[in-house]
Amino acid sequence: MGKRKKIAERVTTLMDKPERIRNIGIVAHIDHGKTTLSDNLLAGAGMISMDLAGRQLFMDFDPLEQTRGITIDAANVSMVHEVNGQEYLINMIDTPGHVDFGGDVTRSMRAVDGAVVVVDAVEGAMPQTETVLRQAIREGVRPVLFINKVDRMINELRVEKKEMAVRLGKVIDNINNLIRNMDEEKYNAGWRMDAAVGSVTFGSALYNWAISVPMMKKTGIGFDQVYDHCKSESMKELADKCPLYIAVNDMVVKFLPSPSEAQKDRVKVIWHGDWDSPVGKAMATCDPTGPVAFMITKIKIDPHAGEIATGRLFSGTLARGMELYVSGVANTNRVQSTGIMMGAERVEVDSILAGNIAAVTGLRDAMVGSTVTTDAGMTAFEQIKHVSEPVMTVAVEAKNTRDLPKLVEVLRQVAKEDPTLQININEETGEHLMAGMGELHLDIVTTRIQRDKGVELKTSPPIVVYRESIIGEAGPVEGKSPNHHNRFYIELEPLKPGVVEALKAGQINMKMDELARRNILIDKGMDKGEAKNLAGIYGSNLFLNMTKGVQYLKETMELILEGFEESLRNGPIAREPAQGVKAKLVDVKLHEDAIHRGPAQVIPAVRQAMQAGILMAEPALLEPFQNVFIQVPQDQMSGAMSEIQGRRGMILSMETQGDMIMLKSKMPVSQMFGFAGAIRSATEGRALWSTEFAGFEPLPPNLMLETVREIRTRKGLKPEMPKPSDYLKAA
Amino acid sequence: MLFFIGLGLYDEKDISIRGLETIRAADEVYAEFYTSHLIGASVQDLEKIYGKKVNILSRNEVEENPSWLINAKDMDLAFLVGGDPMISTTHLDLRLRAIEMGIKTRVIHSSSIVTAISGLTGLQNYRFSRSTTIPFPYTSRGNRVVPETPYNVLKENLERNLHTMLFLDIEDTRYMTINEGATLLLETAESFDDESLKDQLSIGIARAGSEQATIKADILENLRKFDFGDPLHFLIVPAKLHFMEARALLVLAEAPQDVTDKAIY
Ligand SMILES: Nc1nc2c(ncn2[C@@H]2O[C@H](COP(=O)(O)OP(=O)(O)O)[C@@H](O)[C@H]2O)c(=O)[nH]1
Repeated sequence: MGKRKKIAERVTTLMDKPERIRNIGIVAHIDHGKTTLSDNLLAGAGMISMDLAGRQLFMDFDPLEQTRGITIDAANVSMVHEVNGQEYLINMIDTPGHVDFGGDVTRSMRAVDGAVVVVDAVEGAMPQTETVLRQAIREGVRPVLFINKVDRMINELRVEKKEMAVRLGKVIDNINNLIRNMDEEKYNAGWRMDAAVGSVTFGSALYNWAISVPMMKKTGIGFDQVYDHCKSESMKELADKCPLYIAVNDMVVKFLPSPSEAQKDRVKVIWHGDWDSPVGKAMATCDPTGPVAFMITKIKIDPHAGEIATGRLFSGTLARGMELYVSGVANTNRVQSTGIMMGAERVEVDSILAGNIAAVTGLRDAMVGSTVTTDAGMTAFEQIKHVSEPVMTVAVEAKNTRDLPKLVEVLRQVAKEDPTLQININEETGEHLMAGMGELHLDIVTTRIQRDKGVELKTSPPIVVYRESIIGEAGPVEGKSPNHHNRFYIELEPLKPGVVEALKAGQINMKMDELARRNILIDKGMDKGEAKNLAGIYGSNLFLNMTKGVQYLKETMELILEGFEESLRNGPIAREPAQGVKAKLVDVKLHEDAIHRGPAQVIPAVRQAMQAGILMAEPALLEPFQNVFIQVPQDQMSGAMSEIQGRRGMILSMETQGDMIMLKSKMPVSQMFGFAGAIRSATEGRALWSTEFAGFEPLPPNLMLETVREIRTRKGLKPEMPKPSDYLKAA
Repeated sequence: MLFFIGLGLYDEKDISIRGLETIRAADEVYAEFYTSHLIGASVQDLEKIYGKKVNILSRNEVEENPSWLINAKDMDLAFLVGGDPMISTTHLDLRLRAIEMGIKTRVIHSSSIVTAISGLTGLQNYRFSRSTTIPFPYTSRGNRVVPETPYNVLKENLERNLHTMLFLDIEDTRYMTINEGATLLLETAESFDDESLKDQLSIGIARAGSEQATIKADILENLRKFDFGDPLHFLIVPAKLHFMEARALLVLAEAPQDVTDKAIY
């Protein structure tokens, strides 16, 4: 404890020197050694003993994470590192490695300026390496490379001494190819990984040593010596000469940008306000005297301190007692304390300056993604969009009736902490729905609710989330208001895939500049005339107003859009959300008097036209898919293959690496239940596997009817697939 | 046969003799009270005077699923509405549907607030233009929506120097008051940066047709605070006044002299 206090003191003396700060994340494919590497850095900073590095799993402080052996929560640590007699402050944000928690990774990326990408020397770049690298590059976060488990390459793979450089070179080439394909401009502007200059470090996190080319020159230790140490099991000696934390932190300080250097470009990616405004200027220059601009990347409920909001301070200074605006909330929140995070612990400090990672209490209205500021008029930071969508739902209920009100409270809290989770509260039935990224994700959330919040739960078996959509066109479909005095004519057709992608990636919204929005839509293949008439966005569906000069339409539009949204929130096929629908309002007849075209008239009229229209336009039910990556020894391959094929899976590629086979396959989520156990027994427990969200695809027609029936029965609806006439009221 | 019968302005005694006789002779009696309410009488009062059961219909049973209509094919049905039966536009739809089903229809009129206005205020009937209703604001997609139509209709009428009748919304048993209606109009005016409406002469009428009717003329800003008592309420915004109209408002509606003076053309 005393030790941590001391570190905190050194940290605070550096906090007001932005050029000495590095905000970094460590990202990796699962099992490539991110946790072990982080422990090394902490040990180097004196926070844990070096002997424990790789064993203590300091960052995985949640016991649940330790028992499952994976990292779920992004925790933050501040530490001090010395280069050439100068101290630097490295704020490290841990990022989860499991793909079920992809949202957390994106969020942590927002807080940092650079990332250490950890890659296993034996496995090379893996699917999640690609995913996290893409996220970093998209967010403008600069990467450096740490090639881990070099000892394994020598001792297990038995790579020869002279082959070492070639093999490691291949890993680097692979990563560089990925970067070039993702963003050629940045690649050419110096984001290429270059071992010669030192933006790549090789080492073994488990044995606490690492080396880079500049270090080789300084110490005289080259690949030959490394090879000998590994072979002769004298890696401890190597760790004394070339400690990992020095090699990696040197690389971080030298190649990753300081906030003052990075913010100008970083902030452009995540903020679209006025650059000439005071807050715009202050963020570009990381100015501690400017208005406070604080982005919340994590909320943790602490039993003692309450809600701790952690995030990146882009400008201004945070201190206790300040009154701050939280985006979307009218009243201000008062800062109760400011601090920095040391793993699970928070150390309080008097104030925090621009460029740092801050942990603040008192911001009771803040949620993950909130913008917190002293400037009431500040444009909020871009909302974080998730690469993955929820694919599975469980219904949860309190076991004891006395916990009913508490459960609602707890679910709201959990949703605040984890925005990848979608919570649907139903106070009437007490049966609430929780949608998440996969079986494991939901499993962990429910375990936590029971363990940390003390609410015992009854959960339903997880249910797959479907989407409704259309393949053909329909309309104009006439929707009549209940009083028969208003009519709406709507045409429907599928959106172009490019437009759907742009919508899912959050590239288009109604708040952005209209011209910019129109240009993106046209660029994605939408007709100019249509792009100009965009009136509303709901999920990845668009509503276009193609009418001209209709009287009273303006004040009716909100209601029309509400009808549009209602029809898509619970689609007409089986009350699953719809996607990829383009609805065009082509004509409207409205009653003269406002009283006869209120909510009770307009919403059902539009909703019915939409619902019937979807059913007329070759309706489709889409199911979620996951990419499943399996690594399996050759002699166990047939077991893995039949597991995939038995689950409507497709093999996408197959590669041999030594005596291992790397299978890339794609499977419907509905077929993934029990996969973990099945693949284990099919391969005698020798397969390693991971998954990743792979989008929604239409169910084959024969399965569609069957599935519709199943979903409708489960929801207590009439089991038959509905017909358009079920929605259009007989006139 | 389907009879649309107006019940008149206030209570069970405002119906015409023809209307009353038709009800007494009818096989079945239906009524709707969601478009306008006969405020001075309960359903029991009506049943007592008719000597018949009155079936109250919901909005859904009138507009969407009028399953009772079919009975009019071989019976005489009386369909009762407060005021005059054809002022609320919805009933035209019902009448046309009945005719399409081969049912004979007939309307038995009665007085409505629209015809009573001239008598209550002295404003001249031929100077009224389009009427409009002020709806309760609602929330849609997280936004509070105040429809602009009433304000726009009012402004158009004023430009053409014509009076405007403003009906006030009814939602179940919630009746919009003149205070609320005036506040909503002023709120919309403010969103158009229009300050002139505050000083606009207006007339509030409460419980028209009853012994305890209240009629008060003043500028809109003052009507917003005036206590009109029980429902129903009704609002009128006159254009410039003919001198006879101005005199009438002084006597019938306790208008402040300085306000009417300014309003004379
Ligand atoms: N041989 C060897 N094993 C390592 C090395 N680094 C990590 N490991 C092991 O690889 C496994 C996964 O490491 P961990 O740090 O938990 O990976 P993470 O999932 O990326 O956090 C653990 O069993 C580690 O002990 C290394 O340099 N050499």
